[in-house]
Amino acid sequence: MSMINYASREINCKIVYYGPGLCGKTTNLEYIFEKVAPNTRGKLISLATETERTLFFDFLPVDLGSIRGFKTRFHLYTVPGQVYYNASRKLILKGVDGVVFVADSQVERLDANIESMHNLYENLTEYGLDLREIPFVIQYNKRDLPNISSLDELQRELNPTDVPTFEAVGVRGIGVFDTLKAVSKLVIKALS
Amino acid sequence: MAGGASSWSFEERDVQRIDRILQDFLYDAGARCALLVDRTGQLVTTAGEKPEFDSVAFASLAAADFSANDQLASMIGETEFSSLFHQGEKESMYLADVVRRVILVVLFDNRTTLGMIRIKVKAVVRELSEVFSEMFSRSAAAPQGLRVEAGFMDEAEDEIDRLFGDL
Repeated sequence: MSMINYASREINCKIVYYGPGLCGKTTNLEYIFEKVAPNTRGKLISLATETERTLFFDFLPVDLGSIRGFKTRFHLYTVPGQVYYNASRKLILKGVDGVVFVADSQVERLDANIESMHNLYENLTEYGLDLREIPFVIQYNKRDLPNISSLDELQRELNPTDVPTFEAVGVRGIGVFDTLKAVSKLVIKALS
Repeated sequence: MAGGASSWSFEERDVQRIDRILQDFLYDAGARCALLVDRTGQLVTTAGEKPEFDSVAFASLAAADFSANDQLASMIGETEFSSLFHQGEKESMYLADVVRRVILVVLFDNRTTLGMIRIKVKAVVRELSEVFSEMFSRSAAAPQGLRVEAGFMDEAEDEIDRLFGDL
């Protein structure tokens, strides 16, 4: 539910990074915050616990600048990944325009990925949204670790609708901007 | 439901109407500043003293605050908390729901009182509800895509490539 303000000529779009606990959602936002020019982004707000686990959300606004007279801005959010924070997770999805699912490629996290993906479907359904109809990409993160699932297996388990996917190593920034570029283009397209 | 179909938009005349309502409210209530934030965390407009803080971040936090309290309300058997009050030493804020889509955030200091804010907010919420209900029913009756110049999509894509391209 992007908001278009014809008076101030602004378009704001909401992109949510979703996925199981410790998959690297916050790491994606931290890398984006670090790398984009300071004049194109706002503050990175993190509502986290003392141990730096996301408690409610992280938030980073990124300005695309003025496009044909419209100041265009993406609001990037993460959700808390841990299972028991579902109430908070659902709140963050309100009004979402695009979703990035960050999957943890490690073999032992496959079930957690699947559970989180189901949870994403369910939570969107409560807002009357269908993941197959909104801008959606998947990032397979932590591809540098030794004990990881094959891409085939991840695709089979997490991507039955064949949405765009990106391999990533979030801590080194690999794949982070490819993912962001893809989802933001899909969101812009969906506006028309 | 595609992004475009569920979007809402507002026009110059809406903003002028809302601004006039908010200005009158601030004067009557003796409050410093009013912000309208939509439930998804986006800033709609501000009136009164220009906020010195990052209003974009403020909007996302205010929406989260309100939404979290909404959930708490339902857990204790209330349908909603239609308003919230946060008291500071010098600055306080009062948040109120407007037609379940928008949140009015009022910032005030000790030049006025909570009682006065409460009374005036009640009235201004009624006025704002009328304006927003009208806007939403108009959008629902005539849903339309983004009305921007041709070439917007191409230019936006180029800009995305330029901004995020070599990072």
